[in-house]
Amino acid sequence: MVQNIIDVRNLSKSFDISSKEPGLKGTIKHFFRRQKKSLKVIKDISFEIKEGEIVGFLGANGAGKTTILKMLCGLIYPSEGSILVTGYLPFKRKENFLKNITLIMGQKQQLIWDLPPIESFYLNASIYDLDKFEAKKRIKKLSEMLEIDEELFIPVRKLSLGQRMKSELIAALIHEPNILFLDEPTLGLDINAQRNLRKFLQKYNKETNATICLTSHYMKDITSLCKRVICVHEGAISYDGKLDLLLRKLSPVKEILIVCRSEQDAIRLGNSGFTVKNKIKNEITIKIENNSITSSLKTILNNFDIEDLFINEPPIDEVIGKVLIKKDYDI
Amino acid sequence: MNLRKYLKVYKKFLHTSLASELEYKTNILVDLITAILSLLGSIFLLSIFFQNNGYIGGWKFEQALIIQAIYTILNGITNTWFNPNLTEIVKHIREGTLDFVLLKPIDSQFFISSKKINPSGFLEILLGFFLLFFCIRINQINLNLSFLTLSLITISCSICILYSLWFFISTTTIWFVKTWNAIEVLRSFLYIGRFPLNSFSFSLRIFFSVFIPIAFITTIPSEVFLGLSVLWKILLEVIVATVFLITSRKFWLFALKFYSSASS
Repeated sequence: MVQNIIDVRNLSKSFDISSKEPGLKGTIKHFFRRQKKSLKVIKDISFEIKEGEIVGFLGANGAGKTTILKMLCGLIYPSEGSILVTGYLPFKRKENFLKNITLIMGQKQQLIWDLPPIESFYLNASIYDLDKFEAKKRIKKLSEMLEIDEELFIPVRKLSLGQRMKSELIAALIHEPNILFLDEPTLGLDINAQRNLRKFLQKYNKETNATICLTSHYMKDITSLCKRVICVHEGAISYDGKLDLLLRKLSPVKEILIVCRSEQDAIRLGNSGFTVKNKIKNEITIKIENNSITSSLKTILNNFDIEDLFINEPPIDEVIGKVLIKKDYDI
Repeated sequence: MNLRKYLKVYKKFLHTSLASELEYKTNILVDLITAILSLLGSIFLLSIFFQNNGYIGGWKFEQALIIQAIYTILNGITNTWFNPNLTEIVKHIREGTLDFVLLKPIDSQFFISSKKINPSGFLEILLGFFLLFFCIRINQINLNLSFLTLSLITISCSICILYSLWFFISTTTIWFVKTWNAIEVLRSFLYIGRFPLNSFSFSLRIFFSVFIPIAFITTIPSEVFLGLSVLWKILLEVIVATVFLITSRKFWLFALKFYSSASS
């Protein structure tokens, strides 16, 4: 049986924030007397993650995804509730716990700006107490997986964003952690760089059975990497479960574009009881529920003269967009 | 604490930091020229103060030069280690990159206090020592083992006090986010350390001994050099340095509980 590697129970986090009225008067008032209020950004959440799982955290900006991730890796103290990661209380930041995890943030970097990435790798290797031989072996393995080579010897400031992200990954994974916390790792990368990064993460997960917790606003990251998603809405979990189940729930119908041999066939098909979205000459678009796709298509192919047929998935961004604004999903 | 690991990491810090700095040759050259001009300017200023009156607060110009020498050494240490590292804390906290430091299996205070080094500060330390040896000659100070031991102890204590003060102020960034001004105020107070404590009024002497311990940073080590210091002052300096070091450490660990990391 696969063990839970992360166990979160009734976790809450509050921050003290101060608000300021606009204008000079507001600024002066704010300078002398700050109006502080406590804001509960994470509200009583519970979940567990098994070893080797890739879990995507979905939510709008400010929903609390990054705060959850930072509490899981021990950067932020929780206000209430408990967290256990690999059996450790993360915020105690014990050495053995830290050797087991890594945090990669798409918008922040740990590489030394003026030096080639290789220097940062060896620095990290010494922090994780790896000898030179072992470090060299791991750098070689990771750079082969990420298909990066000569760039490791060029100062970071001269590398492209994609090359820098690959180097960040090597720096963050040199100690072979069991748990990867990734906060928008593909932010700002071009399509090819995003795809390469996803391919790498899939391969890394397969080879090392590492657990990956990921937040991303690029839906392709989530759909191609995560079987399970945790949707966060205003600090609370609105859905925790399989991604495909969520997609089916959110988008229960598929659109099918059918090109008939003649316009008469298209008219006949439109009058046969299917929900028609639109019809242009011999092309007709109908909507069919997910659970009756096979039987409906069989009927259509048997009874109508069909030239071509396209099944259109609704755009994933549109579907997931619904998650970001809804409070609860009962599936 | 695994000392071997920490030595290995510090060696790497030295290497990467020197390599980073050497990328900008002109900057180093400018820093070196600034250090030389700054020392010459300070000596010139000191000589103006002593021009009309042979003594200030009971100190001769040749004796006051020792304070200048110790100040130059400490300023060199500040510029070599404290300035590049401790000002970076503010940046780490504002930009949220302290996250990377806190998630490394290494002491965070060690990491942020020693990661960088500014090689041009070495020249200032060297100039300070040259001036100190010159002062030892002109003041005809007899070098012996007890003198050297006491000098080493008091200068080490000065370094600890200076580091702790600076680190303490930088740590408050966790709550106040911007503390550049406080660090600048501290630096301005340190300039005062170039003059003998006795040259100030009684109330200022109390202020510079109790609130901002400038007296412990330059005057007491200088008194040791001149054989003017009494044992209780040296002991007090050791106690003050220990208290400052422990307090700054405890304060850092306490402050980390309030670290909320920067938003993404």
